[in-house]
Amino acid sequence: MAESTAQANQFAPLETTEAVQTISRPSLSYWQDAWIRLKANGRAIFSLYLVIGLVGFTLAGPVIWNVDPAAQDVDQISLPPGAARVVTLVPESSSWAGGSATGSGLHFAEPPTTQHVRLAWDAVPAAAEYRVYRTTYSIGPERALGLPLFETTETYFEDLLDLRPRNYFYSVVPIDTTGQEMDTFETIEGTLERVITESEARDRGLLLPGETAPMGTTYTLKWHPLGTDYLGRDMLARLMHGARVSLFIGFLAPILYVLFGVVYGSTAGFIGGATDQVLMRFADFVVALPFLLFMILFKVVFAVGPGESGIMPMLLAMVLLLWPATARLVRGQILQIREEGYISASRLLGAGTGYLVLRHMIPNTMGVILVTITFAVPSAIFTEAFLSFIGMGVAPPTPSWGSMCNEGIKTMLTTPHELIFPALFISITVLAFNLLGDGLRDALDARMRNRE
Amino acid sequence: MGRYAGKRIVQGIITVWFIATATFFAMHAVPGDPLSGEKAMTEQIQSNLKAKYGLDQPLMTQYAIYLANIARGDFGISFTQENRSVNDIIKEHFPVSATLGILAIFFAGLGGVLWGALTALYRNRLPDTIIMFLVILGISVPSFVIAALGQLSIVNLNDLTGISWLPIGGWGTVWHMIVPSLVLGLSTMAYLTRLMRSSMLEIVSADFVRTARSKGLPPTQIFTRHQLRNAILPVITVLGPSIAAITTGGFVVEIIFAIPGLGRYFVQAVQQLDYTVIMGTTVFYGGFLVIMVILVDLIYGLIDPRVRLE
Repeated sequence: MAESTAQANQFAPLETTEAVQTISRPSLSYWQDAWIRLKANGRAIFSLYLVIGLVGFTLAGPVIWNVDPAAQDVDQISLPPGAARVVTLVPESSSWAGGSATGSGLHFAEPPTTQHVRLAWDAVPAAAEYRVYRTTYSIGPERALGLPLFETTETYFEDLLDLRPRNYFYSVVPIDTTGQEMDTFETIEGTLERVITESEARDRGLLLPGETAPMGTTYTLKWHPLGTDYLGRDMLARLMHGARVSLFIGFLAPILYVLFGVVYGSTAGFIGGATDQVLMRFADFVVALPFLLFMILFKVVFAVGPGESGIMPMLLAMVLLLWPATARLVRGQILQIREEGYISASRLLGAGTGYLVLRHMIPNTMGVILVTITFAVPSAIFTEAFLSFIGMGVAPPTPSWGSMCNEGIKTMLTTPHELIFPALFISITVLAFNLLGDGLRDALDARMRNRE
Repeated sequence: MGRYAGKRIVQGIITVWFIATATFFAMHAVPGDPLSGEKAMTEQIQSNLKAKYGLDQPLMTQYAIYLANIARGDFGISFTQENRSVNDIIKEHFPVSATLGILAIFFAGLGGVLWGALTALYRNRLPDTIIMFLVILGISVPSFVIAALGQLSIVNLNDLTGISWLPIGGWGTVWHMIVPSLVLGLSTMAYLTRLMRSSMLEIVSADFVRTARSKGLPPTQIFTRHQLRNAILPVITVLGPSIAAITTGGFVVEIIFAIPGLGRYFVQAVQQLDYTVIMGTTVFYGGFLVIMVILVDLIYGLIDPRVRLE
């Protein structure tokens, strides 16, 4: 039996001869881990910079480019970016009683300017009258002569109507004694020179009081980097101020309704039972409301008074209608987390309900909530743009990207820049948030990872 | 299945009631009343008009009458168009919107499934990159810009060839429908493509696909019988909400292409504050969407037996 007796020296620790393998990597928190994964995603980081740039454009832009978005520049209406801004000083317009007949057909009696276009032509023997047309497009075989300006028995005409520094095609069609247009007509093409009179130059501040300048002096008009809109307002300033509206709604609405959804959903999920059933049935009904129809309906309900921008009603309507999706999501998460081991452990250690929700449940759903907010931002921006586009959003003159698109679409064919710039800003913003949302989802939400 | 369907239908009826109630009280919270418009009228005329439209009754009586009328499918008479019933307006304009919507859903579903499957098969290769780039573009560009670009491209096509291939706007023939419905379905198509791609990627590496391949089945048969049929399931679940998105998205397309649909009419009615038309259209659309979602769920139950077990 002596062999089985344990001897004290049998249990002496062995001499350590080599280094024990240690885990050398520092432990990372959930957020540090997520940030590392996000940084590895090039597209997401690129869109993060884009978003930061947009916020900078919105906040710092109006300070750097300090132009009133409502100020009209009547000399430069619907001008694309980079258009010529040179203007020549000319004498005040005086009445014109026709030029001398030269027998050279339809011609400009004087070089055409934005002040006036003076046309003269040869008499046609059979004609009783002449009708003058103007168009900005070249005239094809279908005889699209454009806008009929005037009918005259004389052989000259002075056009003073809304002249812009661009190409015009003038046509003169003789009319016979029965009132029918004849088949033969003459067309002339001319590019108008931008001119300004002395009194106009004084009004615009180009000529100081008491200063005089010889005729033919050229001035350069105010610079509009992205051109002007149909009322001569600076596009860049309007885009910056419009970004305030779009991003304000785009950020605030999702944050507010996601917050409400989180409170609602976590209450329902944590209490459970009949309360949960009632709360979630109500959420189901709100989901079933046709969203855009009710957005428009609410816009009527919270009537926009004169002088208001209509941003607050839109914000309120979005919060009222969009919370249920988040509530459902958070409730599902809470139900899942409630069954986890660490919750039971915490409960065993005497944690109260409030502590459990705030310390364990909300932080563990933060990832999902953050992803939801990121994806909600572009859809809120879209909704604002859509409503402003159909005229149910912000009230003019408050600029928003959507209402700018609405104004720009009317002149899409002639001055596309009025539509392109706001549309581009909406698209880039939405794109940036979508890509950022994808990246965040991959980084934060382990379940959704690698699905695409 | 019968029990499931019954439960969904009861839920649907309650939902429509909720929509109708929300609409009713929302409209009654509008400041002013429909008759205090721009025209000055005597007390007598005003009270007669109020009696005609039932506005002299207490609110709850009005609500009861309104619900009873809706239950009978009667949405009342328009305020701005004399003696024209809302039912007539819906009957006239809804088929146009529905045709447009069905075509758009058709394009979106077909395109989404095809492009999605294609990108999954060519994962991380050139076709995948190109299609996914277009998809991101389709999701990021607002519908009205797409509609405007669609119209612009018709103009340019007609201009360049000198023949009017397609009309720029209006409604009537099949040719009027093509571009608007494509434009309307585009963002849904982009969304469905993404969904189809991710669901297809899961299927491509599934065990049963490997089994099918090892059995020596031809690739086309694996694609149609095993991959496509299984990958399409999640796409069908979102078709219900997509119908909702497309019907309301129709507003913009109807406005831009001058299509006489219900969406355009609704926007007009809101601008003119035509109370009965606004209420009728909202309830009608709401009911229509509820029916669509139930139908999609039932179809899903038929296709995927797992749903019925829940």
